[in-house]
Amino acid sequence: MSRLKTLVEHRNGVDPLRGGHALCQGCGIPMVVRVVLGTITRPTVVVNATGCLEVATTRFPTTAWNVPWVHVAFENAAAVASGIEAAQRALARRESLPSAGDVAIVVFAGDGGTYDIGMQALSGALERGHRFLFVCYDNEAYMNTGVQRSGATPFGAGTTTSPVGLESFGKSQRRKDMTAIAVAHHVPYVAQAASTYWHDLSQKVERAARVDGAAFLNVLTDCPLGWGHEPRLAPHVIGAAVETRFWPLYEVVDGRYRLTYEPPKPLPVERWLEGQQRFAHLLRPENAELVELIQETVDRDWAELGSLCRVGDEKGVLS
Amino acid sequence: MSTVAQQLLTGGEAVAHALCQIQPDVVPVYPITPQTPIIQTFSSLVADGEAHTEIVNVESEHSAMSAAIGAALAGARTATATSSQGLALMAEVVYIAASMRAPLTMAVGNRALSGPINIHCDHSDSMLIRDSGVVQLFAENAQEAYDLMVMAPRIAEHPEVSLPVLVCQDGFTITHAAEPVSMLADDDVQAFVGAYRTPVRPLLDAAHPATHGPFAMPDYYFEFRRAQGAALEAARFVVAEVADDFARLTGRRNDAVESYRLDGADVVVVALGSTAGTVKDVVDELRDGGEPVGLLKIRSFRPFPAAALWRLLADRREVIVLDRADSPGGAPPLAADVAFALAGCGATLRGHVYGLGGRDLHPEAIREIFHDQAPRYVGVRGEPCLV
Repeated sequence: MSRLKTLVEHRNGVDPLRGGHALCQGCGIPMVVRVVLGTITRPTVVVNATGCLEVATTRFPTTAWNVPWVHVAFENAAAVASGIEAAQRALARRESLPSAGDVAIVVFAGDGGTYDIGMQALSGALERGHRFLFVCYDNEAYMNTGVQRSGATPFGAGTTTSPVGLESFGKSQRRKDMTAIAVAHHVPYVAQAASTYWHDLSQKVERAARVDGAAFLNVLTDCPLGWGHEPRLAPHVIGAAVETRFWPLYEVVDGRYRLTYEPPKPLPVERWLEGQQRFAHLLRPENAELVELIQETVDRDWAELGSLCRVGDEKGVLS
Repeated sequence: MSTVAQQLLTGGEAVAHALCQIQPDVVPVYPITPQTPIIQTFSSLVADGEAHTEIVNVESEHSAMSAAIGAALAGARTATATSSQGLALMAEVVYIAASMRAPLTMAVGNRALSGPINIHCDHSDSMLIRDSGVVQLFAENAQEAYDLMVMAPRIAEHPEVSLPVLVCQDGFTITHAAEPVSMLADDDVQAFVGAYRTPVRPLLDAAHPATHGPFAMPDYYFEFRRAQGAALEAARFVVAEVADDFARLTGRRNDAVESYRLDGADVVVVALGSTAGTVKDVVDELRDGGEPVGLLKIRSFRPFPAAALWRLLADRREVIVLDRADSPGGAPPLAADVAFALAGCGATLRGHVYGLGGRDLHPEAIREIFHDQAPRYVGVRGEPCLV
């Protein structure tokens, strides 16, 4: 069971991602990285797709990383991890690994590097079953380049390439369900988590790190800049995503679905939309129908997820 | 001198056997014509336990090179192979492999680039990544493809180089044509290539963490690029050193350039790849007729042997460059390099583009080229038509 204290102790006081980097105030990414790397007790090598995390932590000649770290490009992080994993197997066989023991391989990529440009390499690596953990810090748009829409951007969100205007209410398409796409690869562990639900996230990382094969974690991560909220309100905003059931926390272990958290009193979806500049226009009276549509979609998705969780499990919901 | 009986092998099979003897740790690869026989042959050698290699059957060439970078920087001896569109797709990552100084080897079966789509030989694919910073060696035949493949890890892994080395052979003309090939004994190849020289602070050495592939802004980017250029300059000497060692072992020379009947030659053709073999036949024939002609074959296209060209060609009457790739609206790539290397010399320079998309270059056309009776684009029908 993870506790904040053990998360810190696992690294013997050495933070795998040190302070002094250039990520924004209130950015959820470093919290995700620290929970993931603090939970894994084995030595870890990090593969980073191009994006906020990479740019803000490795401006040469400085680095914020105290673990082996590699960045090659935007779309290929999972492929780079595949090569490292193959190298590990080859070197283990001829007994020439540089340091004793098994090294965990963790990829960090944003939603662009996961849902969009990175999906082919990710799909290939999941299908081949490399032993690695792919963590998507999903902040629902291309934040590093200035908040452009991605396949993860939700319906109705205003971004710089799906702007709100006289004839536009923001993004007019639904976000793609990347977690379901990962599940469709029949990998042993897939989960959806949220940055400020660190305890839930840490438990998922523990399980993901134990599997003999590929694991995928999709972590909703706030972006004060792109979402348009005060940095100090990050836990509140992420909380609203979970408590409105917009972002369910669940895991799929060997194909079996399980909710890991059920909001005790589900909130209306307006609680998620309010307080974020990208959704502000949706709360105007003339857009009430759009909010209704979003609520219907959330309810339908939740019901579908519920039925998946009930398959083969009478209790359905475990927490 | 170490020899084993000759075997009848295609160029593709020859490099697959070379790979098997090198025993790379990791080979990420994706099928593409005409490279496919390389990975098929190698896969069956691995399946029979002849080589102990982790083959990663990736989902694209982009991922092949990406996985190769990961494996090489993790501390594993790594190789891959590709052609044409595959090289075009991985071009982004080829640049990064060079920049990250990933010491890997790649067999290339040279093939035309789309469009229109075509599967046969020209050098457009290699020329697309001309400026990526990798070493590119061109083979004339299956024997050279084998030899260069055995030499490649030594060059790639030399600490002053630490770069990808590409061993290029003409698609189909070499990859699919069977020729007698002298292979070394397995032990001799192992002794020649030695143990993999792990990069500084490999990724799997968690006790010594390092940051590979950082973000470099205007205050450092230029220095990174110059360091990479210096490595390619160093490769010039390493290619020569490895070629010497290889010649001691086999008696076969695979230097950056090969002079063919240059003594007293007034008119010299410069060419890459299998075409050099056909040119040699024509040179012999014209020499028999008393014409002072010769050939300079370039094996090391990158680093480009500019000083050798000056030494060998500056005093000739005429230098004719044969390019199997075009640069529409500009100078073809090999001609541009030769012109720069020979700038200020007395020789007249002439360039021809030939053989795009696998069109054959016959001896008759080469005779016309020597006699300045050939058009700039050799072997193309009619005038370009505007649709």
